[in-house]
Amino acid sequence: MSHAATAGDHGHDDHDHKPPFFQRWFMSTNHKDIGTLYLIFSLTMLFVGGAMALVIRAELFQPGLQFVDPHFFNQMTTVHALIMVFGAVMPGFVGFANWMLPLMVGAPDMALPRMNNWSFWILPFAFAILLGSFFVPGGAPASGWTLYAPLTIQGGMSVDMGIVAIHMMGISSIMGAINVIVTVLNMRAPGMTLMKMPMFVWTWLITAFLLIAVMPVFAGAVTMLLTDRHFGTAFFNPAGGGDPVLYQHIFWFFGHPEVYIMILPAFGIISHIIPTFARKPLFGYSSMVFATAAIAFLSFIVWAHHMFTVGMPLQGELFFMYATMLISVPTGVKVFNWVTTMWRGSMTFETPMLYAIGVVFLFTLGGLSGLMLAITPADFQYHDTYFVVAHFHYVLFAGAVMAMMGGTFFWLPKWTGHMYNETLGKIHFWLTAIFFNITFFPQHFLGLAGMPRRYADYPVQFTEFNQWSSVGAFGLGLSQLLFVYIIVATVRGGKKATAEVWENPEGLEWTVPSPAPFHTFDEPPVVK
Amino acid sequence: MSAQSKDHYYVPDSSAYPFLCSIALFCIAMGAASMLNGYSFAPTLMSAGFLGMAVLLFIWFRSVIIESPDYNMDVDRSFRMGMSWFIFSEVMFFAAFFGALYYIRMLSIPWLADTELLWPGFEATWPSTGPQGAELLAGVAPSANSIAEGTEYALVDPWHLPLYNTLLLLASSVTLTISHHALRAEKRGQTIIWLAITVILGAIFLFLQVEEYIEAYTELGLTLGTGVYGSTFFMLTGFHGFHVCLGAFILLVVLIRYMKGHFNAERHFAFEAGAWYWHFVDTVWVGLFIFVYIL
Repeated sequence: MSHAATAGDHGHDDHDHKPPFFQRWFMSTNHKDIGTLYLIFSLTMLFVGGAMALVIRAELFQPGLQFVDPHFFNQMTTVHALIMVFGAVMPGFVGFANWMLPLMVGAPDMALPRMNNWSFWILPFAFAILLGSFFVPGGAPASGWTLYAPLTIQGGMSVDMGIVAIHMMGISSIMGAINVIVTVLNMRAPGMTLMKMPMFVWTWLITAFLLIAVMPVFAGAVTMLLTDRHFGTAFFNPAGGGDPVLYQHIFWFFGHPEVYIMILPAFGIISHIIPTFARKPLFGYSSMVFATAAIAFLSFIVWAHHMFTVGMPLQGELFFMYATMLISVPTGVKVFNWVTTMWRGSMTFETPMLYAIGVVFLFTLGGLSGLMLAITPADFQYHDTYFVVAHFHYVLFAGAVMAMMGGTFFWLPKWTGHMYNETLGKIHFWLTAIFFNITFFPQHFLGLAGMPRRYADYPVQFTEFNQWSSVGAFGLGLSQLLFVYIIVATVRGGKKATAEVWENPEGLEWTVPSPAPFHTFDEPPVVK
Repeated sequence: MSAQSKDHYYVPDSSAYPFLCSIALFCIAMGAASMLNGYSFAPTLMSAGFLGMAVLLFIWFRSVIIESPDYNMDVDRSFRMGMSWFIFSEVMFFAAFFGALYYIRMLSIPWLADTELLWPGFEATWPSTGPQGAELLAGVAPSANSIAEGTEYALVDPWHLPLYNTLLLLASSVTLTISHHALRAEKRGQTIIWLAITVILGAIFLFLQVEEYIEAYTELGLTLGTGVYGSTFFMLTGFHGFHVCLGAFILLVVLIRYMKGHFNAERHFAFEAGAWYWHFVDTVWVGLFIFVYIL
């Protein structure tokens, strides 16, 4: 029965009985296999969404229209974002959660294993619908990923397909989040009190809470869109007493916590990597926990900073400006703690550490441009320009995606039982970091100079920065092929990894052999 | 892994239900999107999806019930936590619609009325069908937009059917609690009677709600298309009605399972989960009665 996907040579004990192929991958109740499925899905979507980004950058290499018509360009920006947010980043972190949470808290599996598999399998079908919308009359949604009314009240069948796909993704996320919360709160090994939990567990617990709180709100928003489109309701139609701005409020009540959903688990991963390679415990563990909780709380009361220019009352603008700036306090606590963890540590710079330091540095840049955007009067200038595009790619690519890449290198030996090629790993980091900056740093200047986002053409004075950006984007995209190569090579072979993998790393996941056996912690470990 | 003892957390064997349920969900979603756009295959696809989902959920729940003697208290606690967080997600879903109602009443309607240039002659009142409704009242020809099919509408009188419904639901929460106490005291007859009364009260509520809708559509001229008032009224009460349906169905299944001897005084998670859900639905109704019907 043993399926030799990973070449573990201790397949004779009871722990390694793996079911046959179809049963193993389509009917799984094993958190490690489901985690692998999530991670493969996320990486696939990264390339699908990335290909769309390259269409965008190819078109923007020169002013004028070269490759695609503006309507298709808008479909690209819209679906690129939907895929990256709901297909690449969120499932990626759920993959990490699936793999690592039971190992970190000493549980035999996720708390609700069959539901775990359901939350995964909904996703390929949901994205089949979303991507299928390219082939219906009128093409895919072209409204921007925010699906603002009244633009989405118009539009063809693709908007309906987008809406039902979002409903499915929401169902998947809510079930996944319930599973995470229940696993963390109910399945911890004896002795692991809440304040002894690893940071990744803490950040995911809070992320899961955010998911359950806001995904239903998004479902409500798109449901109102659907009934406005087809059943004659007037939620977003002023003629009937509604208001299109209402859509924006509901959307961003979901959308702002959503951005923390995409970054908090990244903070968790960084908080594991830095102490390991600085060879010091994480500085200020409890302040880290409280900072995460504070960020989550604040995320519910800052949503309208995405809508400073819609014509809110002055009191609203001021409240949302100050509340937003307040977030920099707990975020600053985190950055300070990471830097202080490294302070006078015995640091080495293996690939995961390079990623972690890269994330701290580049995410902080993204945080600072976010602070600029939070200033209402300044935002009137920056709103919907490339400055915003640059800002959120610094936090989402350099923050979330690069943290996941670092996490992949950090835990890949635990998952596969092999060490990855360190030289190639470092090359991948530097290619990614350099091309990322070539792609997105010039977009700050474009935005400050007034180039609007989501537009297929631009005035000629923006050409040079756009060319830098396009060249960088293609470099960034191609570099990721190396990432795939390293992963495949590590799965297939390489130097055997020890159980600890790194030098005295902290956490229960390092007490099980590498690769982690099919079933772990059937007997809960005792944490002192 | 099939032989599991109760000192271990129950990790189920591999299962085809999640994958098959995903296919059914795909059929439902794709069927719905196609139906809205007039494809002839859509009703078949969607019905197949719903049928498949119903059958699969039946089998899935059945296997959980068969396994349940192997569950220890940790599994039981997982189920409880899972159900409470699910109800929290439902609360947030309703919060979106209540939020829309408050925003429209307190902010957007007054703003629309404040702007003389935009909508002259439009007064900020509630209920409102928006400026176009006012236009229609003033005898101006309606535009192509499909808002406000009839502007001559009247409101549902809160002190008639809605009041009865409030009393019915509040009473049903009491009868459900009595049934729960009887279950814990192992009084079988009383448990069954009070639980059956709860389900019947829920069914009467649904009947009256349908009655109210028919009245609204045929006599009051109040429809889903009656401006934003009709939108919020029917979406909020409609989603609530759907949840009552679901809650009553859950309690009915619990009743049948109890009569088959599935629960005892200590172990009756399904009963409690159904009861929590029922109380949640009840609480939402109180909010609806106050903010949608009375105020």
